[in-house]
Amino acid sequence: MLINFTLNHKPVSIDIPTDITLSVMLREHLKLTGTKEACEIGECGACSVLLDGELVNSCLVAAPSVMGREVITIEGIHAEDGGPNDLQRNFIEKGAVQCGFCIPGMVIAGEALLAIKSEPSRLEIREALAGNLCRCTGYMQIVDAIETTAKERAEKPNLSKRER
Amino acid sequence: MNIHLKLNGKDTDLVVIQDESLLTALRRAGIWSVKHGCETGECGACSVLMDGKLVPTCVMLAPQADGHEIETVEGMSEINTIHPIQKAFTEMGAVQCGYCTPAMVLATKALINKEMYPTLEDARDALSSTICRCTGYVKPVEAIMRAAAMLRGEEVPPIDGGGIPMEIAFGLTGESDLGRDLPDFLKGDSGSDLKTKKDVKFAPWVTPESQTDVVGHPEIKVDAVKLAKGKPAFTDDINLPGMLYAEMLTSPHGHARIRNIDTSKAKALQGVHAVLTYKDIPRVIYASGGQSWPNPKPWDQVSLDNKVRFVGDRVAVVAAETPEIARAAVKLIDVDYEVLPVVLDPREAGKPGAPVIHDEPDAVGIPDASRNLVNVVDAVWNDVDKVFAECDRVFENTYYTPKQQQAHIEPHITITYWDEDERLVVRTSTQVPFHARRMLAPLIGLPVKRIRVIKPRIGGGFGGKQEMLIEDLAAHLTLATNRPVRLEYTREQEFTSSRSRHPMYVTFKVGVMNDGTIRALDMSVISDTGAYGSHSLTVASVSGLRGLSTYKADALRFHADIYYTNKAPAGAFRGYGAPQGMFGLEVIIDEIAHSLGFDPLEFRRKNAVNVGDHIPISTALGEGGTIEQYVLSCGLQECFDEAAKSIQWERRNDPKWRVDPERPHIRRGLGVATCMHGTAIPGLDMGGASIKMNDDGSFNVQVGATDLGTGSDTVIAQIIAETLGCRLEDIIIYSSDTDMTPFDVGAYASSTTFISGGSAKKAAEIVRKQIIERAAKILKTTTEGMYLRNRQAYAADGRSVSLEAVALNSLHTVDQQQIMGTASFMSNYAPPPFGAQFVEVEVDTETGMVRVPRMVMAVDCGTAINPMTASGQIEGGQLQALGMAISEGMEYDTEGNVLQKRFGDYRIYEADEAPDITAILVPTYEPSGPYGAKAVAEIPMDGVGPAVSNAIFDAIGVRLRELPVLPEKVWKGIQEK
Repeated sequence: MLINFTLNHKPVSIDIPTDITLSVMLREHLKLTGTKEACEIGECGACSVLLDGELVNSCLVAAPSVMGREVITIEGIHAEDGGPNDLQRNFIEKGAVQCGFCIPGMVIAGEALLAIKSEPSRLEIREALAGNLCRCTGYMQIVDAIETTAKERAEKPNLSKRER
Repeated sequence: MNIHLKLNGKDTDLVVIQDESLLTALRRAGIWSVKHGCETGECGACSVLMDGKLVPTCVMLAPQADGHEIETVEGMSEINTIHPIQKAFTEMGAVQCGYCTPAMVLATKALINKEMYPTLEDARDALSSTICRCTGYVKPVEAIMRAAAMLRGEEVPPIDGGGIPMEIAFGLTGESDLGRDLPDFLKGDSGSDLKTKKDVKFAPWVTPESQTDVVGHPEIKVDAVKLAKGKPAFTDDINLPGMLYAEMLTSPHGHARIRNIDTSKAKALQGVHAVLTYKDIPRVIYASGGQSWPNPKPWDQVSLDNKVRFVGDRVAVVAAETPEIARAAVKLIDVDYEVLPVVLDPREAGKPGAPVIHDEPDAVGIPDASRNLVNVVDAVWNDVDKVFAECDRVFENTYYTPKQQQAHIEPHITITYWDEDERLVVRTSTQVPFHARRMLAPLIGLPVKRIRVIKPRIGGGFGGKQEMLIEDLAAHLTLATNRPVRLEYTREQEFTSSRSRHPMYVTFKVGVMNDGTIRALDMSVISDTGAYGSHSLTVASVSGLRGLSTYKADALRFHADIYYTNKAPAGAFRGYGAPQGMFGLEVIIDEIAHSLGFDPLEFRRKNAVNVGDHIPISTALGEGGTIEQYVLSCGLQECFDEAAKSIQWERRNDPKWRVDPERPHIRRGLGVATCMHGTAIPGLDMGGASIKMNDDGSFNVQVGATDLGTGSDTVIAQIIAETLGCRLEDIIIYSSDTDMTPFDVGAYASSTTFISGGSAKKAAEIVRKQIIERAAKILKTTTEGMYLRNRQAYAADGRSVSLEAVALNSLHTVDQQQIMGTASFMSNYAPPPFGAQFVEVEVDTETGMVRVPRMVMAVDCGTAINPMTASGQIEGGQLQALGMAISEGMEYDTEGNVLQKRFGDYRIYEADEAPDITAILVPTYEPSGPYGAKAVAEIPMDGVGPAVSNAIFDAIGVRLRELPVLPEKVWKGIQEK
């Protein structure tokens, strides 16, 4: 079937089978491989994307259901010059990236949190990451990265998304 | 639309575009063995079997395959299996670059299906649909005969019988001479007689009978199997998500200024992602020739300019989602040209009033742009005029050689993309990956460290890819779009917008004594570099170097004027100036011999250089500085002996042979030419190699050397396998990746076997030492007298330990160590290979048509590390050279349009037209080269042209001083006589 939706701020029109998941459509049909698949049952969070601003596991979303909606993947999150944005930079600087496989999902989860809560507590950050499993880091540096980003953004509240 | 076909035996549905070719549809479906070589069905690289019949797919619409049965080489074998035809091609050395091999394999299959007992004639006829620029068709024809025998169930003889005596391979000490200064015997009066390997004394630790195990054997090329099986090994055999297709807009005018370009309509076309012109990218001056830093001047190019200087020059470049959209977008670019007058003849380009081609103020290093003078070269040794005055006779004539196109079957192609580290990857068909990386960096504003150049297999280069021709445009487009970009030339663009051999007018003045002694040589050259000066200085220098090295004289002088013209730039082409110089030299030598009443062969024998002779002109002309050159090894006289015997030189004197009584209008003749080339650029060329040992006693090898189909990966692996006492299959070689391998200047100047092979040998000697030390510890003995052979390390007492045991011990048990070695090699020394070229011609005195039934070349390339690949070079090189002699020459109309833009018009030899070609190896031992090797790749370009001209003179008494010898020129000569 032909579906139309907005992907990373650009309109997309694509002909897909009706029985695939959003994660398969992203990875195999649109070749956006930043979104990872690791469990196929919504338990690890590596496939996290933003669907109309909300954090979802794309492996549990039927691809046709995004018709007319807005999807943001890790490829849609970057600074204006194409490099890492402030959150991604803090992931790098705080040593939050080990193997890196869950990091796209973690960044998406972090952005989802920061969109609704400007100064989350460390506990709130950990709760926000509850759907994203990481086997490497022990989560502490990931929490550090999100916390630091929240503080920086709070200090410069007028920065637009593009300027981060 | 959907089509249904049987593809390699399986029912297959393909989604195709209605108006695309079957070639693109098959390649998109992952059938990578089907290759693009032209768009006119003339090269045959894209052939498949359709219902058992060989058809080119580039001129067939994809929907036409609906309902048919299509076979490609992918269907002929599985992992770990190989079809007998593919096997025969690998065993007979029929695979050089391998780009046309899948088509040849299919042609063979179609033939044998029809005729189980094919004749040689049948085999040539079957291959006539597939143009091969590498092999000269000799080995492919042999492969067909072998494949047919194998498929009939007959026993075929093993391919072997090789090797060189161990005492030569390992010398008197077991250590190599590499990297040392001149050998002692050249310094004193004593042993300047080390001429052939018979003269070398035996090492104490081997028996005289023993032979090398790998070096000197006709091993199967390490890449032959994958190429015969059509594996995705070439630049284009990759599918990157989001890849854009680039297309160039080129100039329709020979000379024009661009007043303005309007790209708005092209940019508005849906699917277009970028349109770049001179307005969009920074103006950075460069020279595109792939040469060592700093690139020889002039630096007279920019990626995109506001002036065009030849028909086919770059104007703009587009990236779009499909090739069709890109082509459509190119047509939508509006260019406002101010058309300027053109100059096409280098002899006119320097005269007052000629249009000035390079009037831009920022070009660097043009000696006199106002006269279109690109470079001037002068060299002199001794007082030439004084010696001329002493000569009994002085001869002078001018000779012309044409603009020849390299015509590698794989066009220029580059794919650029950002990797995940945001470094630019340039996957490109180049002979010079390391030069390309360094030269590309300033053009696109990235540091060298952010660029990785990968050279996959190359479908032939012959110098055409010793050039950074299109990498910059693809890179600019990736920078502009952040998407992978693929830019490939069409065959027409190879003729309009690529490089070619420098046409030259060469005037020789030769002073001789009545006894046949050459006393003085004066050579002056007018060279035509076309619109840009790429390689102009060095090609002309090599013309002088080669023209003035072959014969001994008391005084030498060289002068070259190189001019711009409004034609496609010339560049590097196998031979690199030598064929131009040697044509003039070898024809005038023939003229002198006849005039003085000498046999042309004896006259050459008398005057040619020999072992111990000094090459004075090399000091004056060397690119790498002033380094004295001598001849350390020379088998030229033996080459004359062997080749004269093979061509039956005495037939010249047999009137019954010279005039065929059945065809009295046909005259037969024989011609000879001496050949002498160089091996690498002394003092300049360098290559590196790195070797590490694995758990099972195998070795990973990384070399910078650039195998362009010639077999250098194989030769290097053989050198290493011999040195480490293992088999060729124990060597896993990876080459030419600027991230992964050591530096190498690249594949040019006949350097790879000598330079890169030298580094391989040095690195292997480091590894050998480590293995021997480890083995001595395991065997609790000393390293004294220990050597490696048969995958074992042998102690002096005869006990041994396997390389696998050495590796496991070293990696895992005690004093753990990675056994590995890295070395580089350069040489101040460029040992010349020698050759004797003989050609037989039949001249039709009524039409002027010249037919060459047979060519024989004997070559002294020192030790042939692999006699199969070496003879493949000599066969294929001769046929390329014969093209320049008989049919190849790019011609231009008065406005600067090239007349030949496709293989139908630009005739290179096909299998059924090629003569019987013989290659004879005359082994000598070159003390400065790895296992005694020197170069072989370029020398076969040098002698065919003059030998053809000399043979025509022998046949009909008409002297042709201009190539190619088209029938009208011969006919005119006959009329004037």
